[in-house]
Amino acid sequence: MINASISNLTRGIFKENPTFVMLLGMCPTLGVSTSALNGLGMGLATAFVLIMSNIGISAVKRLIPDIVRIPSFIVIIASFVTVIEMLMQAYMPSLYQALGIYIPLIVVNCIILGRAEAFASKNSVWQSFLDAVGMGVGFTFALTTLGAIREILGNGSIFGWSFVGEEAHPMLLFIMPPGAFLALAGIIIVVNKIRGVK
Amino acid sequence: MSYLMIFITAIFVNNIILSQFLGICPFLGVSKRISTALGMGFAVMFVMTLATTVTYLIYYTFLQPYDLKFMTTVTFILVIASLVQMVELVIKKTSPALYQSLGIFLPLITTNCAVLGIALLTIQKNYTLIAGICYTLASAIGFTLAIVIFAGIRERLDRTDIPQALKGTPIVLISAALLSMAFMGFAGISY
Repeated sequence: MINASISNLTRGIFKENPTFVMLLGMCPTLGVSTSALNGLGMGLATAFVLIMSNIGISAVKRLIPDIVRIPSFIVIIASFVTVIEMLMQAYMPSLYQALGIYIPLIVVNCIILGRAEAFASKNSVWQSFLDAVGMGVGFTFALTTLGAIREILGNGSIFGWSFVGEEAHPMLLFIMPPGAFLALAGIIIVVNKIRGVK
Repeated sequence: MSYLMIFITAIFVNNIILSQFLGICPFLGVSKRISTALGMGFAVMFVMTLATTVTYLIYYTFLQPYDLKFMTTVTFILVIASLVQMVELVIKKTSPALYQSLGIFLPLITTNCAVLGIALLTIQKNYTLIAGICYTLASAIGFTLAIVIFAGIRERLDRTDIPQALKGTPIVLISAALLSMAFMGFAGISY
């Protein structure tokens, strides 16, 4: 029982990391990871929605007829996205501006609906919570890493703290759209090497 | 801004996939053959135009007058999801041939963030209905263009000798980066 809980919690962080291993939720991953802070903000917002919707869905799973399962999940997810959207608009206006259209698009992030369908609709509230925390941490970790790499290479700074001088010329390409694809390709090569994928 | 400028900007300069990162999943997933990429492109074009028109009308007839703007995300995703189901049913009944070619792509479109993204962006940009439809159509053409070019590149990649470490996802992402760089060249014609 405890072993199962631990494996549910850690699965999403390394072995089935949603971004680097499963390649889910690519749009926000590539779109907002121009800096480590944006990546962290987006990761935490998605993790919040993931945790709340996993708890909500596993709590009401017996009340939802099978045939309207997916639309009901989408409504639950969309409600939590609206909550986080309003919270961010009120308390973190600058981050809200930076993430822009990608905040409402958390609704169509395949990680969330994927976990709802594959895990929360079959498991208890507590296990679904652990699963969502693991996946949320994994996603946040991935986005922050990608954001940090792009910020270091493209802007010569990390979390807004610049470590190259005024005259330095960082590789601007990495904070532009092609850099997103390149940086992610680089990370996946390393991850595949570590996992021993042939 | 003229309709022509909206059109060109949305297709080339702000290409929906390569510079805005909407619809990356089908871009990476359904781009192995040119024929499937074209099918996906047409299905997206059809659903996207329809979805933006419907969500635009709903937004300006219900959500804005009754001060329900906070319901935008929930309403739009529900409208899009049911619209896709309806389109699937109608096409299945009226044109089996079209269903044969587009049918398998339709379920995938519900979770395609490009459709919801463009519907929301049309509202955000304060377009008129005509300009909004123009923008949506152009974005969908940009989507089709990018995915078809990319499918062509991938058909070629199949026959080349790729270094072991790059096989699979990495080489696909690197090709996408190069294509995105090529599209950056269009930034010069921004108004």
